[in-house]
Amino acid sequence: MAAPILPPPLPDPQFVLRGTQSAVHSLHFCRGAQGQGHPLLLSGSLSGLVHIWSLQTRRALTTLDGHRGQCVTWLQTLPHGHQLLSQGRDLRLCLWDLAEGRNAVVDSVRLESMGFCRSTVLAGAQPRWMLAMPGRGNDEVEILEMPSKTSVCTLKPEADAKLGMPMCLKLWQADSSPRPRLLAGYEDGSVVLWDVSEGKVCSRVTCHTEPVMGLDFDSQKARGVSGSAEKALAVWSLDEQQSLKACGTHEVTNPGIADVTIRPDRKLLATAGWDHRVRIFHWRTMKPLAVLDFHTATVYCVAFADDGLLASGSGDQRISVWSLYQRT
Amino acid sequence: MDPAPSVVRLAVCDAIHTLASSEDGGCIFSVLGSLKHYLGEAEALPREREEFARFHFSPLLRCLVSKLSPDWLELLPAGQLEELWASFFLEGPADQAFLVLMEAIEGTAGPSYRLMKLAQLLERFLHAGRVAVLLGEQCQQQAQPGTPLLQEMLLGKVVCLPDYLSNRLQHENLALFLPQRYFPLLAEELVRALRIVADTLRGGVNCSVTFVSQVLGKVCIHGRQKELLGVLVPRLAALMQDDRLWQQVCWRLVECVPDRAVEAMLMGLVEAAPGPEVLSQLLGNLVMKNKKAQFVMTRKLLFLQHRCTMPMLQSLLGYLAADSQRRPLLVQVLKELLEMWGSSSVVRHAPVPQQHHIGKAILMCLVYLGEAELQDIREELLASMMAGVQSHLDSSLPPVRRLGMVVAEVLSARLHPEGPPLKFQYEKDELTCEMLALVAPRPADGGPSTLGKSLSAASVATETPADGSWDVSTAPVQPEGADPELDSDDEFVPYDMSGDKELRSSKAPAYIRDCLEALMTSEDRERWEAALRVLEGLVYRSPVATREVSVELAQVLLHLEEKSFVAGFEALCRGALVAVTVTDPARVAEYLTTQFYALNYSLRQRIDILDVLTLAAQELSRPGCHSTALQWSPPSLGVQGESALAASQLSGVVPTDWKAVVELRIRSKTRRFSKASSRLDPACGPNKFNAVAGCFFFPLIQRFDRPMATFDLLGDDHLVLGRLTHTLGALMYLAVNTTVAVSMGKALLEFVWALRFHADAYVRQGLLSAVTAILLSVPAERLLGELSEEVLEARAWLADMAEEDPDGECRALAVRALLLAEKLRDRLLPHPSP
Repeated sequence: MAAPILPPPLPDPQFVLRGTQSAVHSLHFCRGAQGQGHPLLLSGSLSGLVHIWSLQTRRALTTLDGHRGQCVTWLQTLPHGHQLLSQGRDLRLCLWDLAEGRNAVVDSVRLESMGFCRSTVLAGAQPRWMLAMPGRGNDEVEILEMPSKTSVCTLKPEADAKLGMPMCLKLWQADSSPRPRLLAGYEDGSVVLWDVSEGKVCSRVTCHTEPVMGLDFDSQKARGVSGSAEKALAVWSLDEQQSLKACGTHEVTNPGIADVTIRPDRKLLATAGWDHRVRIFHWRTMKPLAVLDFHTATVYCVAFADDGLLASGSGDQRISVWSLYQRT
Repeated sequence: MDPAPSVVRLAVCDAIHTLASSEDGGCIFSVLGSLKHYLGEAEALPREREEFARFHFSPLLRCLVSKLSPDWLELLPAGQLEELWASFFLEGPADQAFLVLMEAIEGTAGPSYRLMKLAQLLERFLHAGRVAVLLGEQCQQQAQPGTPLLQEMLLGKVVCLPDYLSNRLQHENLALFLPQRYFPLLAEELVRALRIVADTLRGGVNCSVTFVSQVLGKVCIHGRQKELLGVLVPRLAALMQDDRLWQQVCWRLVECVPDRAVEAMLMGLVEAAPGPEVLSQLLGNLVMKNKKAQFVMTRKLLFLQHRCTMPMLQSLLGYLAADSQRRPLLVQVLKELLEMWGSSSVVRHAPVPQQHHIGKAILMCLVYLGEAELQDIREELLASMMAGVQSHLDSSLPPVRRLGMVVAEVLSARLHPEGPPLKFQYEKDELTCEMLALVAPRPADGGPSTLGKSLSAASVATETPADGSWDVSTAPVQPEGADPELDSDDEFVPYDMSGDKELRSSKAPAYIRDCLEALMTSEDRERWEAALRVLEGLVYRSPVATREVSVELAQVLLHLEEKSFVAGFEALCRGALVAVTVTDPARVAEYLTTQFYALNYSLRQRIDILDVLTLAAQELSRPGCHSTALQWSPPSLGVQGESALAASQLSGVVPTDWKAVVELRIRSKTRRFSKASSRLDPACGPNKFNAVAGCFFFPLIQRFDRPMATFDLLGDDHLVLGRLTHTLGALMYLAVNTTVAVSMGKALLEFVWALRFHADAYVRQGLLSAVTAILLSVPAERLLGELSEEVLEARAWLADMAEEDPDGECRALAVRALLLAEKLRDRLLPHPSP
C-alpha cells in the first residue's frame, strides 16, 4: 500500500534483568565461558558486586565480590583465556580468572586516581597486552604493559594545556600502523589523541563546553563520537595527518550523556542518558532512530553484544536488554 | 446634367413610384442604381449630393425598408438586389441610416424574416465601423449650431442598442448585440471617432467632443463601465503616451461628461485604470476644475462607501498625490480620514469592512505624503490618533482592536521618526499583513533590507560546510572494502520518538492536598509547575478527595499567578479549574459565580470565570462524561493491541494495525446503500448538568445591572458583558432537556430584552446567540405556550436586527435565529389557520 507509514511505536525491552540490588554502573558482553553458544552479560554494581548473567536462562550465574563494597565502574574480558578485568572505586583493578567455573582474583593493579575515569585495554592475540588507566597526577594517564605491570609511559599534557582530569579513555591501533594510540576525553571538554609510543599529543579538538563523559571510536571509518554533560553529542574524524577535526554536533533533548557505544558492525550508536533514556542513532548519518524510555533513573552504561543485542544499566537497579535492528 | 434641384426630386419620386408598383427586377435594379450615384463622391455634383442626403435619403430608406420581403429580394438572382439594397444603408449618411434601421426594427413586431434581415444589416453596419463615422459626424456638426433633438435621439439609440435589440429579437438575438460584445465594440468606435476629431483638429478646423463625452457618460450611468472602459482606458493610455494633442482631447472628453454622469464615470475609471499614473494622465486636473468630481474623488469614494479595492484606493490616492496642485487635497483627505478613524462613534457604529477601508486609506496617504507635509499637520494628526487608539482599544471586536494597533504603529512611526516607536502586541492575520505590506519599503529603495539579506546569505554560506559535513568528511576516509549497499538507510526505520520530551527533575505531588499545598506555598518553582501539570489528572482520578477541598482549590487556582514562565500556563490553570468544577459542580459554581460579581478582580479573572463555567457545563452535559477519568492514563500507547504490537516487534516484523488494514479492504470491496447501519450508537447517560444548571445560570444573570466601584457591566466593561451574554447563551444551550430550561429561558429572554439596544456589536452578537440557544433548548410547546409573549417580542426584535443592524455578523445571526423560530412554529402548528 502506498499509504504513508506511521513510525512504529516505541519498542519494549526484550527482557529485563533484576536482582543487582544496587545501581548498575558497568556492563560487558562476553562469549560463553564453558563453550556454550550463548553469550554472557557481566554487570558491575554500586555495591561492589559483579554479576554474571546467562542470557539463555536470564538468571545470574555467579556473583563476584572483589571490590570491598565499592562501586565497580568498568568491566572488560580479555580475548585470550577467560580473564576478566574489573575496575572499582576501591582504587583497585582486579584481574579475575573465570576459566572452568573459577572465580578468583589472580592479580590486581593499584589505581592512583580517585576519579571516575574508566580504563581501557588494547589486547590482541599475543599474551602481552596494554592497559591505559588514569595516573597518579590529576591530569595524567598511565600506560602499563600487562601482565608484567611494567609502566610504558605516563602521558602528561603540557602544563599550559589546562585539560583537567581525564574522563574517558580509548586505546586503539590502526590496521596499517603498529603504533598504538590513545583517545582521551578531558574535563575541559576536549578530546585528545596521544601517540603512546612517543608519549606526545598528536592532535586535540575541543568539542564540548562540559566534561567529556564518554567516547567511542570507529577505527575503520576514522570517526569518533563523544558525549558530555551538556545537551550535545559531538562527532569528530581523524584524517591522514593524524589530526582530529570536529564534524558536527547533534542536539539531544536533555543534557547529560553518561556513555556512548558504537555497535561492533559500526551501524548503530547508543548513548546512555542522565534523562533515563537510551538513544539510538544511525552511526553513518547520525539520524536519530529510537529513544528507549524504560528506566526510571539515570542510565550509566550501554553495551552491545557481537550479535547486536543492546544492554543498558541504570540507577533503578535494572538491566534492560533490547533487540533492535538485528543484523540479518 | 441639369443642375436644377427638381432633377433630384424627380428621380427620387420616380424611384419610389417604381418601387411601389413594379414587379420587374431589372427595372428596379436600374432605377436604384441610378439613384445610387448621388451617394458617390465622384459622379454627382456636391449640391445634388447634399440635397439628396438632406431631403430625400430618409424617405427613400423608409420606402426600401417597407419593400423588404423574400419575394421582392428574389426578383433578381444571386442576391444582386439585396446587395444593392444594403449598400444604401452602409454607404449613405450614417446617422439617418442608423435611425431608420432602428426605427424599422422597433416597428417590427416579433421575430420574422424581415426582422432578421434588418438585424443582420445592423450587424454589418456595426462591423463596417459606421458608428464611428456617425459619432465623428456628430462631433463635427456640433461646432455649428446643431439639432439637439436629433442628437438626443441618436444618443439614446446608440447607448441602448442592446436593450432594443434584445427586446425585439428575444431568443434570436445575435451575439454582437449582447452588452458583453457591443460595448467593447462601441469603445473601439469611440476611439476611432476621437481619432477623427483629433485629425480634424490637426487640420485646423474646430471640432467638439461633447457628443462622444455624452455617449461615454450615458454608458457609465447605465452601469456598463467595466465593458466599455476595460477597452477604452488602455487604448487611450497608449495613444496619450507622447502626444499632447491626444492628451488635450482626452481631458476635454472627461470634462465634457455631463454632471450627472461624472460619478459613474469616475468610479469606472478608478476601477479600470491600472495605476495612479494612467489615472492622472486620463483625468488631468479634473478634480480642481469640477466640483462634482472633487466631491466624488475626495469624499464619496473614501468616506461614504467602502467598495474600493486596494488597487482602486491606490490609484485614487496616487492620483491625488501625483500633482502639486492636488496635494493639498490629499493632506485634507488624510486629516479627515484620521478624524473619522478616531471618532469613537464611528468605531462603535460603522461596519468593520468600512473601518478597514479607512485604515487602508490612511496608510496609503501616509506612504504618499512627504515628511514636510506631515510635520505641518502633526499636531492635528496626533490629537486624532490619540483619541482613535483609545476608542479602538476599547472595542470588543478583535479585528477593530488590531486595526487600531496597526494604524497607530505606522502613524506614530511616521510622525516621530526619531523617537522610540510605538509597539503593540497582536497576532498577525491576513488583514494586518496586507496592511503592513502597504507601508513596507519598496524593493527599489529598501537599501538596508537588501544589505541584511545579502549578509544573512553570506552567513548561511559559511555555516553550511560545518553543518553538511556528515557525509562529506566520511566519504574520503571510507575504506574501499566497505559495501555501500549494506550501509543503506532503508533498513533503519526510526521508531516513534514523540515521547522524547524535556525531563522534569522534581517530583510531582501524588495527592490533591499535596498539590494544593505546593501551589499555595511552594517557593520551589519546579515543584509548583509540576503540581500544576498533574493537578487536572489528579482531580479526575480522585473525586472524593477533591470534593473535600474543592472550593479552596478553586480559590487558589483563580488567584494563581504566573511568576515564572510556564509553557501553556493558562490552559493548565483553566483545565484544572474546569476539572474541579466538574467534580464538585454545585459548590464550586456557587463560589465562582459569587466571585464573578465580587470586588477586586481583574477583567481577565472575570473572563476566566465565565470560560471555566462554560467548559465545565459542557463537560457535565456531555453524555458519558464519566469516561474522561479514563483518558488520564499516560497517553503514550493505546491500550488496545499493545501486546500484539510488542509480540510483532520481537519477531522483527514491521507492526501494522491489521484491523485497520482489514477494515479498509472490506470497505473498498463493499458497496453500501445507506450509511446508517455503520454508524455507532451515540453514548448515552443521564445529563449531569440537569441538577446543577440553575447553580451555574441564575447567580450570573441576577446581578448584571448593579454597578460597583470597580466593575460596571453596563458601563465601560462591555467586553465582559459580551462574554457574559455569550456564556449565558452557551449555558442555556447546554441545558437542553433539563427541567430548569423553561425558567432559564424566561429569565434569559428578559435579560435579552433589557439589553437589546446595546451599542456594542459583540454584546448584541451574544444576545442573538442566546436567543438562538433558547429556541433550541426550551421545548417548543412550552416556548409557545408559557413564553409566547416574550417570544413574540423577541421575534419582532430579530426582524428589526436582521434588516437594520450595522454589524454584518449580527444580521446573519438574526436571520438564522428568525429562520429557527419559523421552523419551530411550523413544526408545532402544521396547519396554520388561514
